Amino acid sequence: MEKRVVFRSAWLPYALVAPQLAITLVFFFWPAGQAVWFSFLQQDAFGLNTEFVGLQNFEQLFGDEHYLKSFKITAVFSALVAFSGIAISLVLATAADRVIRGALAYKTLLIWPYAVAPAVAGVLWAFLFAPSVGIITFVLTKVGVQWNWVLQEDQAMTLVVIASVWKQISYNFLFFLAGLQSVPKSLIEAAAIDGAGPLRRFWTIVFPLLSPTTFFLLVVNIVYAFFETFGVIDATTQGGPAGATQILVYKVYHDGVKSADLGGSSTQSVVLMVIVIALTVAQFRFIERKVQY
Amino acid sequence: MRIKHLVVAMAVAGAYPASALAQTEIQWWHSMTGALGDRVTGFANEFNASQKDYKIVPVFKGTYPESMTAAIAAYRAGNAPHILQVFEVGTATMMAAGKAIKPVYQMMKESNEPFNPKVYHPAVAGYYTDPKGNMLSMPFNSSTPVFYINKDAFKKAGLNPDQAPKTWKEFAVTAGKLKASGQTCVYTTGWPSWVHVENFSAWHNLPIGTLENGFGGFNTEFKINSPHHVKHVEMLAGFAKNGWFTYAGRRNEAEARFFSGECAMLTSSSAAQANIRRNAKFEFSVNFLPYNDDIKGAPQNSIIGGATLWVFGGKKPAEYKGIAKFFTYLSQTPVQVKWHQETGYVPITNAAYDVTKKSGFYEKNPGTDIANRQLGNKPPTGNSKGLRFGNFVQGREVIEEEMEAVFAGKKDAKSGMDSAVQRANDILRKFEAANKGKS
Repeated sequence: MEKRVVFRSAWLPYALVAPQLAITLVFFFWPAGQAVWFSFLQQDAFGLNTEFVGLQNFEQLFGDEHYLKSFKITAVFSALVAFSGIAISLVLATAADRVIRGALAYKTLLIWPYAVAPAVAGVLWAFLFAPSVGIITFVLTKVGVQWNWVLQEDQAMTLVVIASVWKQISYNFLFFLAGLQSVPKSLIEAAAIDGAGPLRRFWTIVFPLLSPTTFFLLVVNIVYAFFETFGVIDATTQGGPAGATQILVYKVYHDGVKSADLGGSSTQSVVLMVIVIALTVAQFRFIERKVQY
Repeated sequence: MRIKHLVVAMAVAGAYPASALAQTEIQWWHSMTGALGDRVTGFANEFNASQKDYKIVPVFKGTYPESMTAAIAAYRAGNAPHILQVFEVGTATMMAAGKAIKPVYQMMKESNEPFNPKVYHPAVAGYYTDPKGNMLSMPFNSSTPVFYINKDAFKKAGLNPDQAPKTWKEFAVTAGKLKASGQTCVYTTGWPSWVHVENFSAWHNLPIGTLENGFGGFNTEFKINSPHHVKHVEMLAGFAKNGWFTYAGRRNEAEARFFSGECAMLTSSSAAQANIRRNAKFEFSVNFLPYNDDIKGAPQNSIIGGATLWVFGGKKPAEYKGIAKFFTYLSQTPVQVKWHQETGYVPITNAAYDVTKKSGFYEKNPGTDIANRQLGNKPPTGNSKGLRFGNFVQGREVIEEEMEAVFAGKKDAKSGMDSAVQRANDILRKFEAANKGKS
């Protein structure tokens, strides 16, 4: 039988949620509403001339091949960040789980990068890979690689992916480690007695049991790649070269803040908003039910 | 009793700052860093010490695009600064800003301060005047791209260090020799669009856009995909392929690679001189930009970059009076001379140039007058007096993106420049639509 606490008062529950509601309204709904409104307007930078243009901003946006390119870049970027971030941290977590001596120090060190702000992570990697003075560049040049991410698109992408993944590994690592520790030892031991090797045990027992964690991290990492890597990109490539690392969020900022095109930028945020809503619905309605917990 | 005390205390507290505030405060947002920023603060302090009625408060607000964005946002929030330093790329946007700005000539007239556009270098004055010849903003820091060479690297390659290549043909021969001498980076450039598209056009008397590069109205269109432009970008892409040209980025990143000795030749702003002089451990010289001698009439003259001071609209008359007084102070010859000699910016008043020349400064500091001579190489034509394109902050980025794609070998020069023109024109049309009826 379900136990419920029921408020007798008619107004108290509303009063209790009111602060939260107020914050949500003021800081989320209001700006979001403004973005939607602005996406139908055409304005000069100073806001002196405003004209309602209906869906013209949307037409222009989807007719712009560079916007569609930015979609593709975002997809590639998030896939790379999410996949390599999860894969690397899974390997690290499995390794850390087996360590017996000095495990605490080991784990602490792996968690550190999470405390670094994205912009700082970006600057750090940009220094290491700087086209003329970076240490890694120096090594790469010795090996015969022409390293200049200021011009080479693939190299720029590699740089922002490395910086973004590095920063997210700690987070993934923590969750995997917790997940691994909750896998029943008896199952693994039973499999070992049956003669299954470590790899076999991992793929047939541990990995499936980790699937809820993996799925959760997949969603978190995609959201991270979509929205939180802004700092990394702004501190390194600023979307260049030739727009090769201009993900959707960066383009919103670039067009709105740097180019003072509020209408175009708001239109893009509305599109992003729709994507986020779709992702969230998909996560809760369909996928979450199919994953075993 | 207590409340009464409090009221008295508040009244006193309120009264004191009020008497101190008989001084009118004037906010000046700028983008000058390092030694340049110190000089700006110095000017403000000097002016503040010279009189009691006004106080100039200089505030560093980030890079040019950042401070411009911040000021526009502040204006929309009803909180704009009095004076804003705006780079030349933002000129058209500011000119179209209507009541958001106060034209400088008007402000000076209303405040009864003397103001004569004729005292300014024509290349500078022409850039910031409206079609009727009225100056809308106050010239402040102007520069132009010049060509730097590392003389030591030239010697090492067996080249004459006193003879920088004059044409791009000579440049190619020189580049080959430098490369053969083991120079890892032969040539690099700062501000790729400013140097290789905008100034390339002016230097060869080619239009950047129709209607006198946008001076004639908002319905201008870019013309930078002409055969000459395409050939030039193609040549640079070829240099990149040969290892003669190393792309360093869209701003002044290239300058550090020159003064560290990594790159032997550089095209970048004349204002880079101060930094190069401070950091380079080799001999260098400042020269005219190379030109293409296949194009008739070249070299013409180069165009300026840098910034002017814009005054925002909707302020109090007393504040405008203070700003006008400050501008009068700034345009005094000793102030201008100091600014030019300490920073490497072009002397923007004719008097500042004459005084500097008479003092023998140019003989003692060779190269410091190159920028000025290059700007005045020939009387400016419709193609070389400047440019005025709406939303050009965005337009320039589009051009740079396409150039990057060409230099990386992803696109050929023709399709890169075609696409730059098409995309930059879209931006112009957007600007035109958003500023209807204001041209």
